[in-house]
Amino acid sequence: MVHAQPAVDGKTSVAPSTFPGLLLQHADARGSRPAIREKDLGIWQTLTWSDVAREVRLTAHGLAALGIKPGMHVAVIGENRPRLYVAMMAAQALGAIPVPLYQDAVAQEMVYVLQDASITVAIVEDQEQVDKMLEVRDQCPDLAHVVYDDPRGLRHYTDPMLRSYEALAETGREYAAQHPEFFEASVAAVQPDDAAAMFYTSGTTGKPKGVVLTHHALIDRARAIAELEKLTDKEDVLAYLPPAWIGQNMFSYTQLLVSGFTVNHPESPETVSIDMRDIGPTYYFAPPRVLEGLLTHVMIRMEDAGRIKRWLFHACMKLARRVGVRILDGESVSPWDRLRYAAGNVLIYGPLRNALGMSRVRVAYTAGEAIGPDLFVFYRSIGINLKQLYGSTETSVFVCVQPDGQVRDDTVGPPVSGVEIRVADNGEILVKSPGLFKEYYRNAKATEEARDAEGWFHTGDAGYLDTDGQLKIIDRAKDVGKLADGSLFAPKYLENKLKFFPHIKEAVAFGADRDHVCAFVNIDLEAVGNWAERRGLPYAGYTDLASKDEVYQLLGECIEQINADLANDPKLAASQISRFLILHKELDPDDDELTRTRKVRRAFIAQKYGVLVDALFAGRDTQYIETEVKFEDGRSGKIAANVKIHPVKTFPAITARAA
Amino acid sequence: MSHTDRDQRIGKVMLDLQNISLSFGGVKALTDISFNVREHEIRAIIGPNGAGKSSMLNVINGVYTPQQGGIEFEGTRYARMSPRRAAEMGVARTFQNLALFKGMSVLDNIMTGRNLRMKCGLLAQAFRWGPAEREEIRHREFVENIIDFLEIQAYRKTPVGRLPYGLQKRVDLGRALAMEPRLLLLDEPMAGMNIEEKQDMSRFILDVNDEFGTTIVLIEHDMGVVMDISDRVVVLDYGKKIGDGKPDEVRADEAVIQAYLGVSH
Repeated sequence: MVHAQPAVDGKTSVAPSTFPGLLLQHADARGSRPAIREKDLGIWQTLTWSDVAREVRLTAHGLAALGIKPGMHVAVIGENRPRLYVAMMAAQALGAIPVPLYQDAVAQEMVYVLQDASITVAIVEDQEQVDKMLEVRDQCPDLAHVVYDDPRGLRHYTDPMLRSYEALAETGREYAAQHPEFFEASVAAVQPDDAAAMFYTSGTTGKPKGVVLTHHALIDRARAIAELEKLTDKEDVLAYLPPAWIGQNMFSYTQLLVSGFTVNHPESPETVSIDMRDIGPTYYFAPPRVLEGLLTHVMIRMEDAGRIKRWLFHACMKLARRVGVRILDGESVSPWDRLRYAAGNVLIYGPLRNALGMSRVRVAYTAGEAIGPDLFVFYRSIGINLKQLYGSTETSVFVCVQPDGQVRDDTVGPPVSGVEIRVADNGEILVKSPGLFKEYYRNAKATEEARDAEGWFHTGDAGYLDTDGQLKIIDRAKDVGKLADGSLFAPKYLENKLKFFPHIKEAVAFGADRDHVCAFVNIDLEAVGNWAERRGLPYAGYTDLASKDEVYQLLGECIEQINADLANDPKLAASQISRFLILHKELDPDDDELTRTRKVRRAFIAQKYGVLVDALFAGRDTQYIETEVKFEDGRSGKIAANVKIHPVKTFPAITARAA
Repeated sequence: MSHTDRDQRIGKVMLDLQNISLSFGGVKALTDISFNVREHEIRAIIGPNGAGKSSMLNVINGVYTPQQGGIEFEGTRYARMSPRRAAEMGVARTFQNLALFKGMSVLDNIMTGRNLRMKCGLLAQAFRWGPAEREEIRHREFVENIIDFLEIQAYRKTPVGRLPYGLQKRVDLGRALAMEPRLLLLDEPMAGMNIEEKQDMSRFILDVNDEFGTTIVLIEHDMGVVMDISDRVVVLDYGKKIGDGKPDEVRADEAVIQAYLGVSH
């Protein structure tokens, strides 16, 4: 199926095609409208578009004074903060390339990126990041300047490499006085096909790769979506995910500059839910784990509510599950049900949306990984227009998006305008799009492997186009394997099924080339902890709770349900999970077990916990293991435990297994 | 921050306790104790349970009046101190067993720390008349800075009683800071905390000392934490002073080791 459309229509040819061009246009057209808000000391502070443009001009001059020239890279490390956004815009105005880094990465993880991108200037948020830069400076000889936003705790730092953001602005002012024409000339020199940003992919295997995206690629994709969803400059967005992740960067930075709406920065990572209620975003984006966290929270609170409220909640949710989604999709629903839904809206759905901070949400997306059908339907049934999309860093996010009225829980939508999709013979999804990346930075070999001579990008995902033109993703192509008897084994599919239970936070399935399937699970401390308290089950922490027989029984029942489910599917009946264990520690990106976007690194885990995998397949009841863990401050320690292994009931396949 | 850097910041003697003795009836709580506190330093009082640490703190802020001895604060000698006068002179404290208003929000609890500095009358405050409103806004800004400093923004409007213990301790510290104290007395700030909470609290204590230049006297019976963050340590045992000096000196002191290891007296 091909969805090629002319990339340039009448409107886009007039609109600027570079980020600095867009910024200046907004400052001109809507100078007094809010661009970036940040909550500081409990009050939302607003930067208008003309404020932002002024700050960018100053910062750009400052960066130029520090020796930043077109084509150089500038590291940006921190949470979503107005000044870090300004720094990215300033770098782009100079024709330099901002490289956002994950703010929770430990110093040694940053070394590779700082070296690979030859970073000379890093703009960082606070003392935590400054400390990391000082730690790695000897390994990164190019690093000459570190500019910090928040001076707290830095009073006694005298290193000449450091300077405050104010000092940078001051330098910028002096530089501007000496070079009056500099900024305009720099902005005019930036071309749409120049690199606009570089994102290092987390990569579930191997070294990270720098994905170079051009101004044209990013802006084109953002425009396609703005048109599809009719985004205006009145939208409010809350930026609360790491800016180093392309998803957040697209939603709160690229789309901010393309659509000219308002982005809001929370006070601190802990206050996101409060800030969300303050702002009431109209355009919202959340990976499934965030939506899951919110739902778990709601359910726990409901369990604590009185009996009448609980009854009312469950009655209303039952109705919502039946008719809510159909009403949202504009399908025909009987007037009586419509009336009852309206009553439920007044009593439960409306207040619930309000409590979630989603009262004003017009368009909400989820992406990053598969979302559980129950979870997806929950949000849609209470009237939140949650939709799925598909994309990656290399494609400037938007490959497929579900348009209103064509939303399903098991697909990710048809291709967005401009995108062509083809499924290769081995089931891999290939993409051609104006949003494709320019290259992997200094890695021509990897670029060639990922994008063939005809310009098709190999996504590495296995899937197919459904009869109605919507794309369906099965798994990572390289993860799909076979059991010893030759039947299909899709670990991620199983793991997602496991994670759809609120009690399970992470799961890792093993089974390639084995007789049967076994799994590791991580319990969700909040959900299982609450469950335990309700039963008067005392526990001292994660490791203790994870080793309780009662918890094993609880999870055993969950997995049994999955097995019963799988037995119905002739292709996957052999993948029933026969034995499982609850890991004695939570999988953590700091220990390299998860990527920074929280995807499991299956191969690494299989190797690290080799003894446990062997014990699972050998049929042992317990296994002793010692594991090294890294703490947030970089120190390391050891956790030892006797991990129990439990069998689960499996079911005979309902249909005869295909030979 | 290097040690020489710290030593330079520590100034002249701010509080001098001279030969303090305190008894309740026949029980001698403190016997002839003298030590001083210098400006900008973190001074710890340690000792086993019942050594007289809390009594010492109560003498400093005027809750108890010693039978003998005197207190010299900023060069003026007082035979007795009252809690009110102590507060007015810039002495604030936190409590071992927390004395927060459980039903009030974090914000309101910390606002009570500004009480002494509010100049408008009750009626004016109740109706938020012009000057009262301006005053409240000013104080609120100060309190918001403390909330930001202690990283408790997410709990601003939460009733204190609903917070975990470690956070309540932080709110207690916040309220004491709201008084803009020159001398801050902390009564077992880390009692009952887990390791992570202790580390957080240690960092906040160091930050308070560093950012605001506040002089801090703290009581603790966990030796480890105290040795890491204090400049000088006084050791009490059975109401007597048995050691005084830099953490390393105190750690090596024979009498202190005996008291802590429980060798027979």
